[in-house]
Amino acid sequence: MTTETILAGFGGQGILFAGKLLAYLGMNQDKNVSWLPSYGPEMRGGTANCSVCVGDEPICSPYITEPDVLIAMNGPSYDKFIDNVKPGGIAIIDSTLVTKECKRKDIRSFRIPSTALAAQHGLPGMANIILMGKLLKETGLAVIEAVRPTLEKIIPPKKSALIDANMKALALGMAL
Amino acid sequence: MERNLMKGNEALAEAAIRAGCKCFFGYPITPQTEISAYMAKRMPKVGGVFLQAESEIAAINMVYGCASSGVRCMTSSSSPGISLKSEGVSYMAGSDLPCVIINVMRGGPGLGGIQPSQSDYWQATRALGHGDFQILVFAPSSVQEMADLIGRAFDEADKYRMPAMILADGLLGQMMEPVVFHTEEIQHHDPEDKHWATTGHKNKRKHNIINSLYLQAEELETLNFERFKRYETVKQEVHEAELYRTEDADIIVAAYGSVARLAKAAVDNAREQGIKVGLFRPITLWPFPAAEINEACRNAKRVLCVEMSMGQMIDDVKLALNCRLPVEFYGRTGGVIPKPSAILEQIKTLAKEAE
Amino acid sequence: MPDFNKPHALTDVPFHYCPGCTHGIVHRLVAEVIDEMGIEGDTIGVCPVGCSVMAYDYFNCDMIEASHGRAPAVATGVKRGNPDKFVFTYQGDGDLAAIGTAETVHAATRGENITVIFINNTTYGMTGGQMAPTTLPGQVTQTTPYGRNPDVEGFPVRVCEMLSTLSGVALAERVTVTDPANIRKAKAAIRKGFEFQKNKQGFSIIEVLSTCPTNWGLSPVESLKWLKENMVPYYPLGVFKEGAIR
Repeated sequence: MTTETILAGFGGQGILFAGKLLAYLGMNQDKNVSWLPSYGPEMRGGTANCSVCVGDEPICSPYITEPDVLIAMNGPSYDKFIDNVKPGGIAIIDSTLVTKECKRKDIRSFRIPSTALAAQHGLPGMANIILMGKLLKETGLAVIEAVRPTLEKIIPPKKSALIDANMKALALGMAL
Repeated sequence: MERNLMKGNEALAEAAIRAGCKCFFGYPITPQTEISAYMAKRMPKVGGVFLQAESEIAAINMVYGCASSGVRCMTSSSSPGISLKSEGVSYMAGSDLPCVIINVMRGGPGLGGIQPSQSDYWQATRALGHGDFQILVFAPSSVQEMADLIGRAFDEADKYRMPAMILADGLLGQMMEPVVFHTEEIQHHDPEDKHWATTGHKNKRKHNIINSLYLQAEELETLNFERFKRYETVKQEVHEAELYRTEDADIIVAAYGSVARLAKAAVDNAREQGIKVGLFRPITLWPFPAAEINEACRNAKRVLCVEMSMGQMIDDVKLALNCRLPVEFYGRTGGVIPKPSAILEQIKTLAKEAE
Repeated sequence: MPDFNKPHALTDVPFHYCPGCTHGIVHRLVAEVIDEMGIEGDTIGVCPVGCSVMAYDYFNCDMIEASHGRAPAVATGVKRGNPDKFVFTYQGDGDLAAIGTAETVHAATRGENITVIFINNTTYGMTGGQMAPTTLPGQVTQTTPYGRNPDVEGFPVRVCEMLSTLSGVALAERVTVTDPANIRKAKAAIRKGFEFQKNKQGFSIIEVLSTCPTNWGLSPVESLKWLKENMVPYYPLGVFKEGAIR
């Protein structure tokens, strides 16, 4: 079984990093994974997205057209991807920035004001990780104990102070 | 063996270093720039050379000089940059020099776009420069293969004294997957082992000359004859393809590189719906694995060629099959990636026709 | 006593150059320097496209034939892969200052430890005497039949002056080979270039004002006179930059 996730938002929201975290978590559980970013001028302040596959079998297509899971962190990304989510899938939406209510009844959608929450809890720039916490809770792709060793691997030593903040943001999302 | 999550471009660069690539000459262009960036970081630490050239033309000529003196070296670029390198590639083929050139393809023609494409197939397999010559062309389909094929490319290039190309695309270059490097060691290759190289004769032998100029027509013809005789040997010895679920297949999908991944997903889907379909994926594009496609098509009634181009590899598919089977085409171009669902629809249509 | 034997660094292949052309003198000077420094076995030469395209047959060291204008890039590749070898290029004006300008300027500004021998004879000799980047104002060539008009064809490039502004250049010197005194100076400049390279002190270029009697339509003796009267005033001889960059 393979879980296909699209993470989408503005450049600078940590979309690609959140996707990488998901891919690393999968790899560290000996699963097959792929991470495919959008690239080009859109990275510089426009929309950014990445596709992450985590599965037991080898990943055929790393290119996702109908995700099982969508994380949407801004209006344009929400509009672009929400109709493509597979029936029975999950949408996790930053409701601070996406004002529209989700009208789809065939998916599970969660509206979480993650940008506002991050600000309230003194976790600037960690709205992405709050949503990742929610994703892990709803999909069971990884347990929280698996996250710290992975963060230690992907966050460079000089930024290691960020690990605790990430863990805090993740716990916040998982508790929702 | 440790699994490393890496971009295709980075995995390729690391594997090149381990394969003994000592010098890298680059020039920035999307979507291959990570190769240069990785080389810039790693090469000084392993006693190698990274140099950002003033142009793609200069970069390929630095490779020409470096390869002339027997050193394992490479350059990388993306479609428009490869066009600029074509003169240098022709000179290297004409001087029987080994080297590796990476093309992380993007949409064309002209400045084109920066999204993934496969529209340089003809250029790579037919005419990467003027004159009668061929280069070896390898087509990876995963990040692991980006790493695995580069060492192979260097070895075969050295063995047959000809340039080799890794023909990748933006999707493979930019995506991350776990990759295993089979060795921690960095291979060492002594330039002096190449008896023809301009390493300085140390007053021990006659001077070596690296050259492709022959003003006597008959002399040049003789050399071209000899080179093409060597190409015949290469065709016998270097050909590889992956055959996936082809044994009983009525329909064969032919696709290479990243598109083969998408096609595989469509094949699996079609199989679930009871359609007997398989995948033929060439790993060498020149030489084209003709025996392998005929093996894959043993029971086939129809072939579907899928590419991110207007249809280029399809020529080789038809030639290899000697036009004995109908070959249909489905392609997207300009940087648009074909959806597995769209490939599936094509397979279904063919399945109906084949009934 | 001076040695009048053929330098060892030259092969026995007869030159194909036209009578009165100064390529032969410059080839000999380069070969004498290689002999005197005892570096033939450690030297790799890179020849251009142009009249000296077949110089690989004339020099006894290992040789590479570059594509048009790319010799400095080719030499860079050789040198970076083999930093302890001597690498020189031998290029004409069209090769170095037109099609290969970018490669010349960037090898120079990188301070590549190579020596460039630059033959300036104001014309594309091999193809039959067309306008070169160094063709003088008013000079008649096959493609400037009414004389080079700066309003139309622009001005000649003074290569040494231009390169002397770059920090990577250890030596930029212009010499000529019209007479024994100048020939001795030219050889000293070439030697200096190779010495800078030996000590890894940066890029060196020796520009040699040369003749092309065939395409100038002059006798060898008239050509030497024409060079002194017309080229030297526009391209003054001398050192434009000298000193190790590192």
